[in-house]
Amino acid sequence: MKGIAYFPGCSLKETAKDFEISAIAVMDALGIPLIELKRWNCCGTVFSLTSDDLMHHIASVRNLIRAQEMESPEVVVLCSMCFNTLKRVSLRVNRDEESLTKINAFMNKELDYAGEVEVKHLLEILRDRIGWEQVSEKVIHPLDGVSIAAYYGCTLVRPHEVGIDDTETPTVLQEMIESLGATAVSFPFQTECCGSYQIVDRRDLVINRSYRILSSAQRAGAQVLITACPLCQYNLDEAQTELAERLPDYTSIPVLYFTQAIALALGVEAGTIPDLLAESLVGQEIPKKEETTR
Amino acid sequence: MKQLARSDTLREKVEELSGQNVFACYQCGMCSAGCPLSEEMDLLPHQVVRGLQLEDWTVMESNTMWICASCLTCEARCPHGVDLACVMEAMRQLYLRKSLDHIAIDKLTTEEIARLPQIALVASFRKKTG
Repeated sequence: MKGIAYFPGCSLKETAKDFEISAIAVMDALGIPLIELKRWNCCGTVFSLTSDDLMHHIASVRNLIRAQEMESPEVVVLCSMCFNTLKRVSLRVNRDEESLTKINAFMNKELDYAGEVEVKHLLEILRDRIGWEQVSEKVIHPLDGVSIAAYYGCTLVRPHEVGIDDTETPTVLQEMIESLGATAVSFPFQTECCGSYQIVDRRDLVINRSYRILSSAQRAGAQVLITACPLCQYNLDEAQTELAERLPDYTSIPVLYFTQAIALALGVEAGTIPDLLAESLVGQEIPKKEETTR
Repeated sequence: MKQLARSDTLREKVEELSGQNVFACYQCGMCSAGCPLSEEMDLLPHQVVRGLQLEDWTVMESNTMWICASCLTCEARCPHGVDLACVMEAMRQLYLRKSLDHIAIDKLTTEEIARLPQIALVASFRKKTG
């Protein structure tokens, strides 16, 4: 199989299309195309934290079975919430024979899950399999002079057994940013929670959190902020719309998916990029589909 | 409104559901110091644990468990390895398993449902409905 088995998740097909569009283009350019799992389903979004609740792991296990059907030893995920949920479930059932047997017995219409699929985040593939040097070599539009803040949020780095980097001071996104020729901005709020799903019924709380994250990044000199989470992206952008109305002095900054930054540098389809940013990238011609929407 | 029936086994129930030993906590306050949402909570995370240690049912009336978004900052920093996110989830489950939901899905407008990311909706319903 040339390429790598890939689980998109629900948001990438709806509110976070730019994330998928840019990731597919980037991985094609880097020679490891993403091969979408057939018949995937929602992963469950959050990992069930109660010890007796096996039922809510089943949605994720079904996706691991889809990877197993492709005879793939691994599945790569872009959305950091899906990544966290799928990986935590895989660790739970791959290591615990009793849970695995129960789950397999319950899903009588599926092939048994053998407990062997490894869940990876795309950043791990880029860092560990391709390497930032190789990414650098493919850059045709270096993002010189652009200061990009690396915002990790929660699910990419916590808990420790799931995180792709250090829980307190991760560096993988900064390494990625530097490989594109841009300046990486570290800031104190880079692993702080944006309020997550509280946007549904506690919007105030998310706006408050987002303001602190965004202003902290801006004080550190960021012109752009990148993330791997469709919910962080939505919350921060949504907050900026409101902050711009409420605070006359507030200046918005673009909040992009990390794959969009790579796509810009590699000169491939990057999804919707704010005009201001496109201009600031030294008038580069940015490949853009006619109908990309967010 | 339906209420949760009290018993004298709150700590046991929470420990069983969460898989955590609440007596491992020695009240250092690291969880509360780092909690990004603590200012919204009427009891700080370490105070909730103290309440559980003392079998104090009033902790079940605080909003803390519903504000906690399982960001796991406390889990990453607890010097005694208490996974507080699991404790909060167990406390939520005591309500949710009695069908005492904490979000009214029917109050969400069609526009909100269309606009919000799918992960926000599903996560919210997973955390706040039974």
